[in-house]
Amino acid sequence: MDGENTIIKIENLTKTFMGAQGEFAALDSVNLEIKQGEIFGVIGMSGAGKSTLVRCINFLEKPTQGTVYFNGKDISLCTKKELYALRRSMGMIFQQFNLLMQSSVLNNVCFPLTIAGVDKSTARGRAKELLSMVGISEKADAYPSQLSGGQSQRVAIARALATNPQVLLCDEATSALDPATTRGVLALLKDINKRLGITIVVITHEMRVIQEICDRVAIMDDSKIAEVGFVKDIFTKPKTKAARRLILPEDRPMGGMPGKRCCRIVFDGNSTYEPILAGMILDFRMPVSILFADMENIEGKAFGQMIIQLPENEEVADKMIEYLHLKGLTAEEVFGYV
Amino acid sequence: MFNPQILNMIGWGILETLYMTLISTIMAYLFGLPLGIALVVTDQGGIYPMKHLNTVLGTIINLLRSVPFLILLILVFPITQFVTGTTIGPNATVVPLVIGAAPFIARLVESSLKEVDKGIIEAAESMGASPIKIIYKVMIPEARPSLIIGSAIAVTTILSYSAMAGIVAGGGLGDIAIRYGLYRYQTDIMLVTVIMLVIIVQVLQEIGMRLAKIGDKRK
Ligand SMILES: Nc1ncnc2c1ncn2[C@@H]1O[C@H](COP(=O)(O)OP(=O)(O)O)[C@@H](O)[C@H]1O
Ligand SMILES: [Mg+2]
Repeated sequence: MDGENTIIKIENLTKTFMGAQGEFAALDSVNLEIKQGEIFGVIGMSGAGKSTLVRCINFLEKPTQGTVYFNGKDISLCTKKELYALRRSMGMIFQQFNLLMQSSVLNNVCFPLTIAGVDKSTARGRAKELLSMVGISEKADAYPSQLSGGQSQRVAIARALATNPQVLLCDEATSALDPATTRGVLALLKDINKRLGITIVVITHEMRVIQEICDRVAIMDDSKIAEVGFVKDIFTKPKTKAARRLILPEDRPMGGMPGKRCCRIVFDGNSTYEPILAGMILDFRMPVSILFADMENIEGKAFGQMIIQLPENEEVADKMIEYLHLKGLTAEEVFGYV
Repeated sequence: MFNPQILNMIGWGILETLYMTLISTIMAYLFGLPLGIALVVTDQGGIYPMKHLNTVLGTIINLLRSVPFLILLILVFPITQFVTGTTIGPNATVVPLVIGAAPFIARLVESSLKEVDKGIIEAAESMGASPIKIIYKVMIPEARPSLIIGSAIAVTTILSYSAMAGIVAGGGLGDIAIRYGLYRYQTDIMLVTVIMLVIIVQVLQEIGMRLAKIGDKRK
């Protein structure tokens, strides 16, 4: 990847806040490059600094130190007017949608256009187009309080796209939505990225979201970037502890026997899981129990992970891991899972 | 006892009271509304923080608000005399009413605007809206129901202040109540004026609440 198609470049970004116990760095020397047209994810636990990072990209938060470049331009050098214009080329959506509650859906979408000086009838025309693109034309005259979460986020997306931005910043955009609605909104984002070529920055604490739509991901931990890379690579071979913690399923499954050995198998799209697991059980004539499975069928290939509990027999357990490796899967023992 | 003359006087009293209240409310909002907006905007977490200005404005408002209206009424006599050429009658009463109510209105406006979700303001900022546009296209429209309720409170408070001005012959129903009730022991006339005041307050309050509800799109 050359520097030519970098749309956002973050250099040595530090942001400190004055807290109750003195100065506190919400971002500590962060470096990132986001490429034109990609869907870039930032994942981390709550409080890691993700929102602060994304807010520094459009200067809702002014960096304490370091530089943010947008299309090669140092944003801190912008005049007020230039900054307002620049923000129009970066749409933003939020966890709580943040729609104008006293304005109709149509007027919400018109809002960024009217403040940009677009005349009313042009704005209304464009807003209607956008509403049909996100699939909620019929709600144009409704008010946000009459919408479901998924519909609200669609309005917010339409509104964020109104000024034809090059970048869409999404701060926990699906965190307030149920899984089915999340899927729909993520599919819409992916579609927008493909069709309009808009670069998307996705902030989330959920690995599923990253897996589902991101090309590359940065792992944020404790105000720093722990790891950056392609989603596939990080998911199959996380290098840092922070990454492992995020990838390993949080909800401890029921029914596992404490003390037994567990193994995490990663499916990265090269295989389907059933034949391999079934084959293994047949070969060893030993049952294994699946403690956790989070699998996804993406374009006919299996993606995701599974945690199985290995038989008590140490030798068999070792052989099983070996077997999985031979089948070309990433399998590693995880400790302390149950 | 309620001869046409007295009825006529009470009728005039009502009109004077309404006149003083209305004019004072409008003029007090002329000062109070921008002041309230300034308080919110220049606040530390506001869209255009200006610490010193915020402190100065806050202090002036608190000072004015801590003076009891009855005392303010007398304190501002020189200003009243200068502005209206007299210190009695409804026109003169408008001056202390405006001075007394503007800081109160500023606080009402401040609290209404602070109710607006920070996220909505942030969304507007992310769309490149300038502070001015955020004020009149986001904060005021979003706070509209609350601002209307606030204005109902302001109107009724100003009305009761205006009655207090009766003590210095400020005109209106309060004036009548004090002249007849206090000085001449005609409690029946005082009672009627009080009932009139109660009815006016009720009606204004109700109108405000209804208007706020009609305009509110949050269900
Ligand atoms: N305006 C602020 N003032 C003080 N501290 C803040 C401010 N914004 C964020 N922080 C702190 O910075 C840290 C990172 O916050 P945030 O970026 O919101 O994390 P995340 O989005 O990853 O949950 C948190 O500890 C938070 O309390
Ligand atoms: Mg956050």
